[in-house]
Amino acid sequence: MHSCIAVPASVSLFAQGDSWSRVLLLEDYNTRLVVIATTLLGLAAGVVGSFTLLRKRALLGDALSHATLPGIGLAFLLSPSLGLDGKSLPVLLIGAAISGSIGMAMILVIRNLTKLKEDTALGIVLSVFFGGGLALLGFAQQMPEGHAAGLESFIYGKTASIIAQDAWWILGAGTLSLGLLSVFYKELKLLCFDEGFALSRGYPTIGLDLMLMVTVVLVTIVGLQAVGLVLMIALLVIPAAAARFWTGNMLRMAILSAAIGGVSCMVGSILSALSPGLPSGAMIVLTSAAFFLVSMLIGHQRGVIVQAWRRWRTKRRIDRRHVLRGIYELLEIQPTSFVTDETSQAAAGKWVSAPALLSSRTWSSRRMFGEVQRLRNEGLLRSRDKELSLTASGLLEARRLTREHRLWELYLITHADVAAERVDRDAERIEDCLEPVMIDELETLLNEARGGSSVPVSPHGIELPVHEARTS
Amino acid sequence: MSELPLVIEDLTVAYNRKPVIWDVAFQVEPGSLVGVIGPNGAGKSTLLKACMDLLPTASGRVRVFGEPYKVNRHRVGYVPQRESVDWDFPVSALDVVTMGLYREIGWLRPVRKKHTDAARAAMERVGIEELEGRQISQLSGGQQQRTFLARALVQDADLYFMDEPFAAVDAATEKAIVEILRGMKREGKTAIVIHHDLQTVHEYFDHVVLLNMRVVAHGPTEEVFTTENLQKTYGGRLTLLDQATEAMRRRDKGV
Repeated sequence: MHSCIAVPASVSLFAQGDSWSRVLLLEDYNTRLVVIATTLLGLAAGVVGSFTLLRKRALLGDALSHATLPGIGLAFLLSPSLGLDGKSLPVLLIGAAISGSIGMAMILVIRNLTKLKEDTALGIVLSVFFGGGLALLGFAQQMPEGHAAGLESFIYGKTASIIAQDAWWILGAGTLSLGLLSVFYKELKLLCFDEGFALSRGYPTIGLDLMLMVTVVLVTIVGLQAVGLVLMIALLVIPAAAARFWTGNMLRMAILSAAIGGVSCMVGSILSALSPGLPSGAMIVLTSAAFFLVSMLIGHQRGVIVQAWRRWRTKRRIDRRHVLRGIYELLEIQPTSFVTDETSQAAAGKWVSAPALLSSRTWSSRRMFGEVQRLRNEGLLRSRDKELSLTASGLLEARRLTREHRLWELYLITHADVAAERVDRDAERIEDCLEPVMIDELETLLNEARGGSSVPVSPHGIELPVHEARTS
Repeated sequence: MSELPLVIEDLTVAYNRKPVIWDVAFQVEPGSLVGVIGPNGAGKSTLLKACMDLLPTASGRVRVFGEPYKVNRHRVGYVPQRESVDWDFPVSALDVVTMGLYREIGWLRPVRKKHTDAARAAMERVGIEELEGRQISQLSGGQQQRTFLARALVQDADLYFMDEPFAAVDAATEKAIVEILRGMKREGKTAIVIHHDLQTVHEYFDHVVLLNMRVVAHGPTEEVFTTENLQKTYGGRLTLLDQATEAMRRRDKGV
């Protein structure tokens, strides 16, 4: 990767007009440099961002990046008198790092010495430093000898100005940040999850927080050129937030966040290279926003659509149980019922009234008949005018569900002291949750009244009118 | 264990010049289960935190096994309040329990198999071994509490501070925690537990500290946990006094 940056390879084999393929295939030395540099930045910012997000300090990066501006202006103004080149990048970035760190310290001072909340301190520092920076920049531009035209590129980012040296800076800062975060991963995880416990174990939580802030400073400073201080926060927040929708594991979240950050930067800077009018910072932010949107909708851990689908499926599963069990219980109270005989399939094909099923619990007829339709498609029941009947396989399933339901109910009644934690596990089958001994015991209990049927009587007593029996 | 697990002398803690607890002094014998009882705002959590140097103290001295806390930190286990952390955090139950060993593992070193095994054993002790891979937001309140307990147990400490371990947990979890406490006592370990349910004080603790910004009374439960002392601790809060009376009645009946 390094040699790619170092070796100028602008061999123009392709025709001049073929600029799209030149950009996409990274034929152009400059394009390649920009894409590699920003991708590295995205990777590093993604990882750092996942830690600050989990530390609930996501916005601190925003205050920090805004607080760098006065440092850039001052470095430019003061360096001639110190014998330094006011336009050299290292000088400007050192100025940025110093004022960014001062801004950060101000936030901590305001928060700790007054009763103001952190967001208030953030707002004050962010705006005051940014305002001060703008004033300094205006001043710099009025100086007769100053050629301060390049300085605004730090505000909105200008990848076109990236040179090989910048890519090395980014690589260095990124590697250092990643190194720190991986070496102290375990301790940072504890700090982010439970600060009080970390403190009680004797961890230097302030030191760890400061180290985390150092990594934020590092990636922010090197990111100023590429995306600019206004949009830098996007790289620290959006990839991490997007990654959270896909995983419940912190390490995977950090890796995924790095990937999203890297790809966003790569795509964004390529888009910007395709059309010089499109600012790279904006393109990078919009690309990562697209990733975020997709993750928010379909992220399989907590995406919006996935959650809605899970809720819908749960509702369906419950409806399915209610319909099958409802019909089964209606069959049970018919005068000549063979339904409880384990081997008998005589109840299959017997018709029960649909209105009776509807009134057996509080549900809309639309919801109930929707489920009836689905069960009919599954081949578990048949329906004709206002009447329903179970097929042979429907009867088996209804019998199983009813048995399960009644065993659970009885378990809750007889073992109320411990039941709550078992039932919580919400498994499909009672056999997955309770030991065989327990199930045997419950079945014996339930069957005593009935004499050996596989579907024990409802503990509420099915002699009651059905809608009253269903109050549980 | 010749040294007393915990000796507190004249401890005063203040937030913004307003004292939260003052002149707190008591000591704890090895192998005792101590319930810290008192109304909301009495400074119970503050007391525990001050013992572990989590809060600056205005005056006074705390000795843990005869030394300042930071010297004997490794002999102390801490179960914070369950609500003190974000349970949406992307870690598994096993990860959380393993956190109890980070100090022992040391800086710059990864978690190794023996640590994971120790964490699993602690989870088994509190009865959540089959939940190890679960993301912590998928745990019930009781299971979360047990995870915290396992994280403290895995350290194999000699003195435990527990901040309301019984708050809003199911009956099975409460039973499991009580069993663990009794097991600790049998091994000669000591636990200081913030507790709210006056009715179970007699059953769970052999010593109590009645706290309402200052120590109202402390000592063996039978001697100290009296209606009179409770009245002094809780003032005129009627419902609580009713509970206390009920607790007395139960004790007299030997329930």
